Amino acid sequence: MDLLQAILQGVIVASTPLVFAAIGEVVAERSGVLNLGVEGMMIMGAIAGFAVTLDSGSYFAGVIAAALAGAAAATVFGLLTQYLMSNQVATGLALTIFGLGVAALIGQGYSGETTPPLPVLPIPLLSDIPFIGPILFAHDPLVYLSVILVFGVAWFLSRTRAGLILKAVGDNHDAAHAIGYRVVLVRMAAIAFGGASAGLGGAYLSIVQTPLWVENMTAGRGWIALAIVVFSAWRPARALMGAYLFGGVTLIQLHIQGLGVEIEAQYLSMLPYLVTIIVLAVISHDKARAKLNAPACLGRSFYASS
Amino acid sequence: MKRLMTKLAAFSAAALIGGGALADDPMKVGFVYVGPVGDHGWTYEHDQGRLAVEKAFGDKVKTTYVENVSEGPDATRVIQQLARSGHDMIFTTSFGFMNPTLKVAKTFPKVKFEHATGFKRAANVSTYSARFYEGRTVIGLIAGKMTKSNTIGYIASFPIPEVVRGINAAYLAAKSVNPDVKMKIVWVNTWFDPGKEADAAKALIDQGADILMQHTDSPAAMQIAEERGIMAFGQASDMVKFGPNAQLTSIIDDWAPYYIARVQAAMDGTWKSQDTWDGIKQGMVAMADFSHKIPTDVQAMAQKAVDDIVAGTRHSFTGPINKQDGSPWLKAGETASDGDLASMNFYVEGVDGALPK
Repeated sequence: MDLLQAILQGVIVASTPLVFAAIGEVVAERSGVLNLGVEGMMIMGAIAGFAVTLDSGSYFAGVIAAALAGAAAATVFGLLTQYLMSNQVATGLALTIFGLGVAALIGQGYSGETTPPLPVLPIPLLSDIPFIGPILFAHDPLVYLSVILVFGVAWFLSRTRAGLILKAVGDNHDAAHAIGYRVVLVRMAAIAFGGASAGLGGAYLSIVQTPLWVENMTAGRGWIALAIVVFSAWRPARALMGAYLFGGVTLIQLHIQGLGVEIEAQYLSMLPYLVTIIVLAVISHDKARAKLNAPACLGRSFYASS
Repeated sequence: MKRLMTKLAAFSAAALIGGGALADDPMKVGFVYVGPVGDHGWTYEHDQGRLAVEKAFGDKVKTTYVENVSEGPDATRVIQQLARSGHDMIFTTSFGFMNPTLKVAKTFPKVKFEHATGFKRAANVSTYSARFYEGRTVIGLIAGKMTKSNTIGYIASFPIPEVVRGINAAYLAAKSVNPDVKMKIVWVNTWFDPGKEADAAKALIDQGADILMQHTDSPAAMQIAEERGIMAFGQASDMVKFGPNAQLTSIIDDWAPYYIARVQAAMDGTWKSQDTWDGIKQGMVAMADFSHKIPTDVQAMAQKAVDDIVAGTRHSFTGPINKQDGSPWLKAGETASDGDLASMNFYVEGVDGALPK
């Protein structure tokens, strides 16, 4: 495998936690819920996934546990914001801080342990395609799952009745309520899905990318996922692209340094964030269009009037 | 859980004993950590030092620790709290605790303070740090002999003198036994981000490095080395668990002897403010067991380097050494002064790439 192939394959691995977290948040935000607790849900998934994988020896059980842990954390957020009407921004921030703390507490007995990484599962035939085969089709199962999830969500949001209801709730919860849809239930489901997906993102870090548990190992990826959602204009396929772009720039700057290109390392470290900001600015320069894309009820609490 | 219990026990004991210390009461020693004790690196090793103090003095001491203390106002509050609750001696173990430590020390002149890696002292504040670069010399020698691709990958954190010193020491040692050796350096601009450290490790391996060194805190790079079947050196603590085949040795920070000596001095009444910068000789820097993968002659060479450093006949920076731009730094036979080492902000000749400012 030559260097370019290695880089591109690495980009996909480095970006996968972001793909999971971002696609989950796309669904939550499309239903009108702004959950800033992505980082907290990711770290819960990371510890749950690692602990269960280590104790049971089963990756499958670990992955399920990670999704459940993320969903459980999200459900707490949902109960607070949807039933007790707490402020979504504040509750989301609290969820992040809470998640980091709880994960550290649970993880106390697990630091210093390690598991073998999830084995790679090359797809027959496809992985034999010259050049792109090894880049795209020689990964661990979670990478495939992340891509399937993105296209599944895209299909769900645009082609299914349930998906249209979810978007309706996000765009005008009063109207959706008047027609008879259960706004709060739809949102709870979207929040739980967002949490499960973020949990998978965390588990990808703790059982695939670096199979170990250390406190705060998500290191800010939840916040980047939130930026990617805005970047994507709430569209699943664009979120996938955004995640790969961010992961790609992060990885490529490391390679550039290794190749001895004479650019200050700090500029290179800035690059992924810089690119994100520039693209965000370009996307949102047209205010009318930006508004068109954003779910109209994003971040607003719903009070049933009747 | 066990840790939580001991914490609770320490807490309730502190509450019972309160302020009025009697002569035969155990001496109370507090520790303030910047990270979690489970970080497998910096803080973990400081906590090992604390446990060694407990073991050495038994019921003559009572230790307390506070972990995850952020540098800044929070630190002042925590240190003050420890001083107020009757601690006789307080170790603050991060550079950023320097000013908070001095501030609290002023209001508690009878409490003895020990601050790691700082440079400001007072009558009741000592400073201490370790000569990690001596360990870098040893791993540099091993790496120079063991690399087949003649490419050493180095994952660096921040361009501060301590890190630059490590790179230079490792490079000079590797070069001395292998004139063809190249060092690829990647700056990740973080002490701790396992995912990014792993990505950096992969990037270096993909570019031909067959041996990795790191100056970051997580064992992620060691895991990648294990996965890819190459060699690596651990950092701050023994990482053999994460790379049973990959790890050649680790540079271990061993604070235990220093902590025990200082607590002993405080008990004997001989404690006074001082600055300590100890290395392999005093045991503050130690090497993990050499891997059996290192050929015996290379092991012997590395061991000799350790012995020579201990004996004082080998210094990591002995001239002639030029700076990267070719200008002379040390004349033949001349060794670098501690002042030069403490402020090192340049690569030595032969290291590729520009040092970030």
